[in-house]
This record gives sequence, C-alpha cells and structure tokens, in this order.
Amino acid sequence: MNSPLKRTPLHDAHVKAGARMVPFGGWDMPVQYTGIVEEHRAVRAAVGLFDVSHMGEFEVDGPRALEAVQSLTTNDASGLDIGQVQYSALCYPDGGIVDDLTVYRLAADRYMLTVNAGNIDKDWDWVTSHAPGGRWRNVSAETALIAVQGPKAERLVGRLTDRDVTAIDYYRFAPGAVAGVRTLISRTGYTGEDGFELYVAAGDAARLWAALLERGREDGVAPIGLGARDTLRLEMRYALYGNDIDATTNPIEAGLGWIVKLGKGPFIGRDVLEKVRAAGPARRLVGLEMAERAVARHGYPVVKDGAPIGVVTSGSYGPSVDRYIAMAYVATPHAGVGTDVGVEIRGQVKPARVVKTPFHPSRTKK
Amino acid sequence: MASVPAELKYTKEHEWAKREGDRIRIGITAYAQEQLGDVVFVELPKVGAKVTAHQAFGVVESVKAVSDLFAPVSGEVVETNAELPQKPETVNKDPYGKGWMIVVKPSNAGEWDQLLSAEQYEKFVAEAAH
Repeated sequence: MNSPLKRTPLHDAHVKAGARMVPFGGWDMPVQYTGIVEEHRAVRAAVGLFDVSHMGEFEVDGPRALEAVQSLTTNDASGLDIGQVQYSALCYPDGGIVDDLTVYRLAADRYMLTVNAGNIDKDWDWVTSHAPGGRWRNVSAETALIAVQGPKAERLVGRLTDRDVTAIDYYRFAPGAVAGVRTLISRTGYTGEDGFELYVAAGDAARLWAALLERGREDGVAPIGLGARDTLRLEMRYALYGNDIDATTNPIEAGLGWIVKLGKGPFIGRDVLEKVRAAGPARRLVGLEMAERAVARHGYPVVKDGAPIGVVTSGSYGPSVDRYIAMAYVATPHAGVGTDVGVEIRGQVKPARVVKTPFHPSRTKK
Repeated sequence: MASVPAELKYTKEHEWAKREGDRIRIGITAYAQEQLGDVVFVELPKVGAKVTAHQAFGVVESVKAVSDLFAPVSGEVVETNAELPQKPETVNKDPYGKGWMIVVKPSNAGEWDQLLSAEQYEKFVAEAAH
C-alpha cells in the first residue's frame, strides 16, 4: 500500500481552491473545502459539485453481455431499458459482498458497471475471472465523474445543455452536451437530493467542472468534499462499502434485500442468500439515534443490558437532522424500531434508540 | 496562518494557556480547530478534578476525528465552560475566547515556564506543516 496516491483530472482544481486533501481508497481526494457542515448544508439547500472521478467504470458488450451481468450481480438486469440504471451488488459464493455498484444499460448488448474507487482492481479481477462471457473493458482511467446534487441541480445542469433534463427520470440517463462537453447525464446520486452524475472523458473534466462552478454561481453552487459526501449519505442510510458492507456482510442483513432477485436465475452467491432469506438474517443493519450528544463511530460496540448485541458501522453528527446518528449491525431480536440500546464510547455506555430510516427525508426525483 | 495571540502560552498538542492571577485558563488553538474541522462534541472534566501536564483531560470530536485534550499544566479544575458541550461549534468560532475549556489552579509553578511562547508555537506549527 505504499504506491503513490492516484489523482483525478480535477486534482489541480481542488488544490487551487484550497481543499484539504486526504488519502481515500488509494486516491488523493478533497475531504473539505470550507467545512463539512457548511458544505453539507449547501447541498441540501442549493447545489453542490462532487468530484467522484476516482470511482471505476467497466464496460461489457457482446451477445453474452447480459448473461455476464446477470451471473455476477444480485439484481435482475434483464428488464432494464436502454437508458436505465440499476443499483446492484457483486457477491462472493458465501453471500459476502465484493462491491456494491450501479449497472447502466448503454445499448442493446452493452452495459456499464460503476464500482467503488477502492475496489477497482479487486472488482476487475473478479468480473473478468468469473464472467461467463462478454467483452470487458476497464474504462476507469479515461472516465471522469462529476456529481451535481441538490434542489438546484436540475436548474444548473439544464442551463448548460440543450437537452431537456427535466425529462430524465430517477435512475435513468441520456447522452447530451453539457457546457459543450460530451456527457452521459445520469439522474442518480448519493445524497438523497435530486441531481445528476455526469460521466465525461477525463480530458474534459476540468472544463466541465469550471463551467458548473462559474454558471452555478447564481444557484449558490459550491464544491463539496468527501466529508460532506459521507454525512449526506449517512443521513439517507446509504451503505458505504468498507464501512457498512464488505466481504463479511451479506446484502440481506444490510437491508439490501431489495436488490437480491432470487427468481432471476443463477448468480454468484444465490444459494447462500436464498438460505439467509428463508431463515431470516441473524443481524440487521439499523439506524440508531443517540439520546444525547455522543458520536458513535465505526467499530464501537452496541450493547443491551450490559451484553454486546452488535457493532456500529458508521456514525456522525447529522447536520440536517441536527442529531447524532449511526448505522449499526444489531442482533435481529433487538433490531426493531423503538428498541432502546446503548453504544459503548470510550468505555462508557451512551443511550441510543433504533429508529426509522432514512434519518432525513429523501428528495430524489420520483 | 491561523492566529497565535502573543500574550498566550502554548503546547505542542495545540492547547493554549492564559495566566489569570493564580489560575490558568485553557483552550485549543485556532490552528487546532482548523485542523479538526467542524467540532461536534466536547467532553470536559468536572470542577474539582485533577489534571496532569501532558495527559488527557477531555475529548473533542469533529465530524471526522476524535482528539484528546491535553493539559498544559497540572492542577485542579476550578471552572469549566459549561456551555461548550451544548454548543461545541463555539470552539471553531472563537477558540481563544468563548471557546475556552477549563480553568486550572496549578499545582506545579515550574510547568508554566516549560510552555511555548507564541513565537515558538508559530515556528512549531510552520515546521509541522512541511
């Protein structure tokens, strides 16, 4: 892990803007520009730009492309329209999660998989060694990705393109020129707000980023670092690979049973996941709200009557909910909404309660 | 460069100390709060607690990180900033003023002279940045 940190095409722009850079999944990334709470609020109130070019993109095409996607992923991609996106997962035979990802149907026989930055090499090895067919291409290095998120995202992106972006529904995408840059405009995101993820050629990223900042001034646009990306997704209870899900967790206990389609035919992990679903998971990923000011962090024990019943996977102060919130795996008998539990923080048990999620209402396009 | 008031003393753990008669007021520096980012939690000792120089007396947490607070000098806590745990963001807004943390009655007068001057602290921070 001593290899030098990788840089996105927007690295210079971040440094010039005064961002604080940190290592993340092998990349040198902006964690914040002005402050995590301020950036978080800018996204909920106006619009924010995220450089997520570190994420990976694989393309698969050919007559067996769908078969390959179906055998590797847990969701059912067979019903996807061209121009439709799907949230899904790659699983190991034991049901553990290789990665969570989105699947794009680019053309009749062509798909794109967007994977987590820290998992690109692992995922590439996995898909190319387990896919029954299809021509695979790792286009991660030549692809940049800018997320434009917030209630004013539609206005901003709409102003920069001749395409009617209001016609792009949630989890749909369309090609278009944005600020003169060839873009795949995807109505997706990781914040719970309306918005887009814009896939562009790496060489065009800086031009698009600058145009969005310049033309978005009237919308109150701000660049947003990974710190606020994390608090925004936490308020939505979106899982983060490496924190809430990994090789030791399965999608069903993680609350991702809705992306596990047992009826679609064989896929890696199916047999184990069928058993988990039949028996019910022994633990569940739940939302916790702390009863007092206390930050529950990854790895802290969850307890009930002095006995350990689970573990925190993510936790923070949630700027929009103005509460101290967390996600945790909790033994199923204690996972019901309203259950009082405790989180052990530096040797002290702090009271918490299992609550309904998302913590903050979703405002994605319906 | 974050502000470093000349009249205060400092530690390498980024606390400041201010002499007020026979007592010493303690907080964290502007540089420290900048490095932490948005402070969301502060835990302070109770009045009457004993603190020891260079040892943790409390905890400050930002969105991203947990940090111990280290005592510049040894002594007994005679006052704490009771508002701070309710308004942790004060540490960011006013680290040398309303963001103060505790007041200590020192038990070892010699420790004060071990603290860094503003000039020394500024140099220390500048070197740490490289």
